[in-house]
Amino acid sequence: MPTLRYDALQVGDALPAFETEPVSRLTLALYCGASGDHNPIHVDTDFAHAAGQPDVFAHGMLSMAYLGRLLTNWVPQQALRDFGVRFVAITQVGDRLTCRGTVVEKMEAHGEKRVRIELSTVDQNGEVKVAGDAVVALP
Amino acid sequence: MIDRQYIGHRMAPFTVPVEAGRLRLFAKATGQHDPVYTDEAAAHDAGHPGLPVPPTFLFCLEMDAPNPAAIRELLGLDYRRLLHGEQRFTYHAMTYAGDRLTFEQCIEDIYDKKGGALEFVVRRTRVSNQHGTHVADLRTVTVMRHG
Repeated sequence: MPTLRYDALQVGDALPAFETEPVSRLTLALYCGASGDHNPIHVDTDFAHAAGQPDVFAHGMLSMAYLGRLLTNWVPQQALRDFGVRFVAITQVGDRLTCRGTVVEKMEAHGEKRVRIELSTVDQNGEVKVAGDAVVALP
Repeated sequence: MIDRQYIGHRMAPFTVPVEAGRLRLFAKATGQHDPVYTDEAAAHDAGHPGLPVPPTFLFCLEMDAPNPAAIRELLGLDYRRLLHGEQRFTYHAMTYAGDRLTFEQCIEDIYDKKGGALEFVVRRTRVSNQHGTHVADLRTVTVMRHG
């Protein structure tokens, strides 16, 4: 990947956004096994109904993993210093998530040039599901 | 009410291995098509000694604890009422397939909002590798819904 340089970036620059495939039950089953999060609320419809939910719903950390892809598509993972999110709303089966990031701050810290990125996942209706931020170091 | 005496409580540390096959399955589950995360040759070409642990996978490894329910049991939390509120990672060094990572968890805070209708548990986890290098810190906020 071409090397991004701190001096070439401006506050307001957008990371290359992408939209996920609709979240399927297969995705949730794969994520259950791969992540080790075996909470049945995400994969067992009977359990979800008994818990008062209309259906199973996505793991919040699946959305955070999508935002991780957004970041590592943009810079090598070694550049990542900090990455945090708030889980704002539940992602449902069938939702398509648009993963976005925007440079909001340029700074120097710990002897490095760093930028802060605001992050979000937004569904097909424009509802924010996950919001957060990350800090990356750049040459 | 969750007993506030557990603020500051440290759990017994545990060590888990990072398995390459698990990282490949995680890549499949998260739609990660970058070969750096699944193909050792591509990882080496990108300057990695092995398959990198992707940014959020440390949280998954933390759930590979001998008893992943240890904190829930200690605090008496009903997992049907639990929500993951926030998650943060601070990275100090990369981790790779083949590493053995040690997790040291501390209950940093317990507080409530909305007159006790929501209680929050803040967990801090320090992660170090088999060389004793401090590789990351995790901060997890769990929300317990009452009523």
